[in-house]
Amino acid sequence: MATNTRPLSPHLQIYKPQLTSVLSILHRATGVFLTIGALLLAYWLVAAASGPEAFEHAQGIIGSMLGQLLLFLWTLALFYHFCNGIRHLCWDAGYGLDIESVYRSGRHVIWVPVVLTLICWIIAT
Amino acid sequence: MSLRTPLARVRGLGSAKEGVAHWWAQRVTAVALVPLTLWFVISLLFMTHADHETLQAWIAQPIVTTLLVAFLFSLFYHAILGMQVVIEDYVHQEGTKFVSLLVMKFLLILLGGSAIIAVLRIAFGG
Repeated sequence: MATNTRPLSPHLQIYKPQLTSVLSILHRATGVFLTIGALLLAYWLVAAASGPEAFEHAQGIIGSMLGQLLLFLWTLALFYHFCNGIRHLCWDAGYGLDIESVYRSGRHVIWVPVVLTLICWIIAT
Repeated sequence: MSLRTPLARVRGLGSAKEGVAHWWAQRVTAVALVPLTLWFVISLLFMTHADHETLQAWIAQPIVTTLLVAFLFSLFYHAILGMQVVIEDYVHQEGTKFVSLLVMKFLLILLGGSAIIAVLRIAFGG
């Protein structure tokens, strides 16, 4: 059938990236990334329940360069998913759906997570 | 092939009746996670230099145990719902999709379950 070869919409390769679409895909990407973080949170808690040696080992992994880098990225991803998630809940409630508000809230969910992440890491270190 | 439109073929069959439940559960867990995540992150900020005993003593406080279990349950439930949508959207081959969904759910339930049990073991001095 000729119709089967027609391009499907949304056809991502030919779409110009926009703030709205980029933030939307970022919400998914951070969600998947945070799920991996949840698995490590489970490991950390199991280690804490297993005894001092297992906990020391887990703390060692988290304290390493790679562990700290991942933890920083997880903080950033968490705050982004958190802020953008609230943005989504507002939309679900029917607020802020006009184009102007969508772009305004979109700009906010870019800088707020960065500031919150920096505040957390300044307090923690 | 049938000349009937896809709409005509499904009309009258009724809905699957579970689409809204998934959507709603995702929102309910999201709303629960707003205060729980804030509490968890702020608590951890004050625990960064805590040793094993301090952490265990913190987890064993009744309110902390309750909130941690609520947080972990909502978190893993929310993660399962989210990952389900991602897999359904991007894995197109039916068999692979089915297996991916099954493995993802088993893995997250197992790890979420062990995280909750770990908290309870610390709380009840296991």
